[in-house]
Amino acid sequence: MTTPPPRRPVEKPTQRVVVTSPRTRAPRARRPYSGTREINEQSELGAVYMRTLIRAQRRLGLSVCLVATGALAVLPLLFAIDPELGRFRILGLGLPWFLLCVATCPMLLLAGWFYVRQAERSEREFAELVERP
Amino acid sequence: MTSGYAIVAVVVVALGTILVGTYGLRVSRTTSDFYVASRTVSPWWNASAIGGEYLSAASFVGIAGLIFAYGPDMLWFPVGYTAGYLVLLTMVAAPLRRSGAYTLPDFAEARFRSRGVRAVASILALAIGWLYLLPQLEGAGLTLNTVTGAPDWVGALIVTMVVTANVMSGGMRSITFVQAFQYWLKLTAITVPIVFLIVAWQMHGSESLTKPEYPVFRQDTEVTFQRPTSIHADEFISIRGTGEIDGARVENTVVVLTEGYHRIGQGSEFTFPKDAAVPHLSTMEHNTNEMWSLPMSSGQDFPLYGAYSLIIATFLGTMGLPHVIVRFYTNPNGTAARRTTLIVLGLLSVFYLMPPMYGALGRLYTPELLMTGQTDAVVLVLPTRMIEGIGGQLLGALVAGGAFAAFLSTSSGLVVSLAGVLSQDVLRLGGVRGFRISTVLAGIVPLAMTFISTGMPVADMVGLAFAVAASSLCPLLMLGIWSSRITKAGAIAGMLAGGVPALTAGLVTMFTDTGDAWYEILLSRPAAWTVPLGFTVMYVVSLLTPRYLPSGVQRTMVRLHAPENLGLDGSGSSSAEERS
Repeated sequence: MTTPPPRRPVEKPTQRVVVTSPRTRAPRARRPYSGTREINEQSELGAVYMRTLIRAQRRLGLSVCLVATGALAVLPLLFAIDPELGRFRILGLGLPWFLLCVATCPMLLLAGWFYVRQAERSEREFAELVERP
Repeated sequence: MTSGYAIVAVVVVALGTILVGTYGLRVSRTTSDFYVASRTVSPWWNASAIGGEYLSAASFVGIAGLIFAYGPDMLWFPVGYTAGYLVLLTMVAAPLRRSGAYTLPDFAEARFRSRGVRAVASILALAIGWLYLLPQLEGAGLTLNTVTGAPDWVGALIVTMVVTANVMSGGMRSITFVQAFQYWLKLTAITVPIVFLIVAWQMHGSESLTKPEYPVFRQDTEVTFQRPTSIHADEFISIRGTGEIDGARVENTVVVLTEGYHRIGQGSEFTFPKDAAVPHLSTMEHNTNEMWSLPMSSGQDFPLYGAYSLIIATFLGTMGLPHVIVRFYTNPNGTAARRTTLIVLGLLSVFYLMPPMYGALGRLYTPELLMTGQTDAVVLVLPTRMIEGIGGQLLGALVAGGAFAAFLSTSSGLVVSLAGVLSQDVLRLGGVRGFRISTVLAGIVPLAMTFISTGMPVADMVGLAFAVAASSLCPLLMLGIWSSRITKAGAIAGMLAGGVPALTAGLVTMFTDTGDAWYEILLSRPAAWTVPLGFTVMYVVSLLTPRYLPSGVQRTMVRLHAPENLGLDGSGSSSAEERS
């Protein structure tokens, strides 16, 4: 960020001075290394980087996993509460057959695809964060 | 049922497997080649190989058999086998690969820096592997018995010999090729026949599969009873043949089976008349086809407990199977490991569409299997039963070949991983020679076990292996990867607390007859109580023993979770190896 030179009438020819300021509020002097080095040297900051990544990945993994498997896991309970549900037919198949044979696979694939996309994204973000000089 | 074509198919599959394996022999030279194919396998190859390895006897013949006998409650087997990969993908795939270890005990040691944790993990991996090999061999015996009439042990022996020879000569590299080839072979072998069978069913007038009637014989059916069988007839039925009924010897005469229970002797052969209601195995719930198609119809005690226990075992057990885990090290990096797993999820989804269709058609066309109890044979018998002449025989041969491929590939994967564990941790023999000796040992033990097990359905046996994996190695992986608080003491205590009860329950159900005891379901489906036990003990003991925190746990966590291409400490491979 360059600040315009002050307009003051002086005798000397105008001198341009470049003044920059750090874009973040964090004190710059405390981070002379890249994140990679912080992590490799086992500093506090490095540990924070890693904790953030692990937490993000754990949260993502657990939520995708719980949503997908949770959706499946309510089915036995549902069928136990109301066995007549089994007589309901979709596309000529009984409801349990339709849900477990046909509907499950696309659901699992979608969940997996979403997870892979998000996990790779958060790894990219982590890489950008720690490789920033 | 004896069919020349089917024998040819089985021989071709066995020879083909050996040939593809020998081709790999030229490539594999170093020890590293033997174990993990030097990590040069692309996600598609790897995913096909995982699929080929994973689709076992349970998937190929067992699931259809269980669905045929017990109805939609058993659909949780294929769903669980697939969903297990979603759990594996989201919770362990990438970190497991990044740990850079060859086998599960390697992971235990890398994470906990402890020989003790490693030793316990090795023993459990061996136990799970052998428990899983046993149903493969039983399935092979059943297949050969169904298509050729050979005694049960012949199939088990052939599979053991082919697999041992193949693994000894080629190692993992060839196994990767073999496995990938096996997936596509198995998919073809199960898909092509079912297409024809459905066409045949349509041509027979697409009879309803869910009529409110008991299954009946569609034609005069000759039935051979391989074991002493106790059946229940719902109406009197006159049968003709030779054998033993209720202790009385019958020689080629007509006998009237009265309503009620009857004991039929081993080796009896009777012809049951067309349109008679099929007597059923006395231990099996007797359902009309309509009742059968509804959930909770399997007649088990505590069906809800059984369903949830199965769900827990299969969802969480997949990641603890030694032969599945070893595949992750053949991915070049964590990202590839994730993509591979996603492809596997797709490949499995396609395959598991098929077995339920066999099970449903079996109710119409092969109801006598409900009486003999050989429900696992439904996939093998259907093609010849539904399609007359050479067409049916060829399709039957295709299915038999595919089933044999299933036993060969799963057993190969298991033997490779077990041999790895044996040579590194038990025999302590390094190098290619150690691996070869271990291979022989890994194959012989389950072969011996087949002689003493009681014939339970193969999918149920596989379910037990899953339960042990889910209660011991799954907590180790999940907690080890995602929590830095787990200590060595906690890891050992947790694995034992979950694994030992599950293993005991499994062995008791497999080798003794628990009958109708109320606790039978707790033993045959142990996961619902052993899995929480394993997780809880591992976490609580870890919190209580902070002194045993492994050294350098932070560094290990960096290695497990940081992308490889950042050049962070401890990460296995560099960015040069990256591929997608």
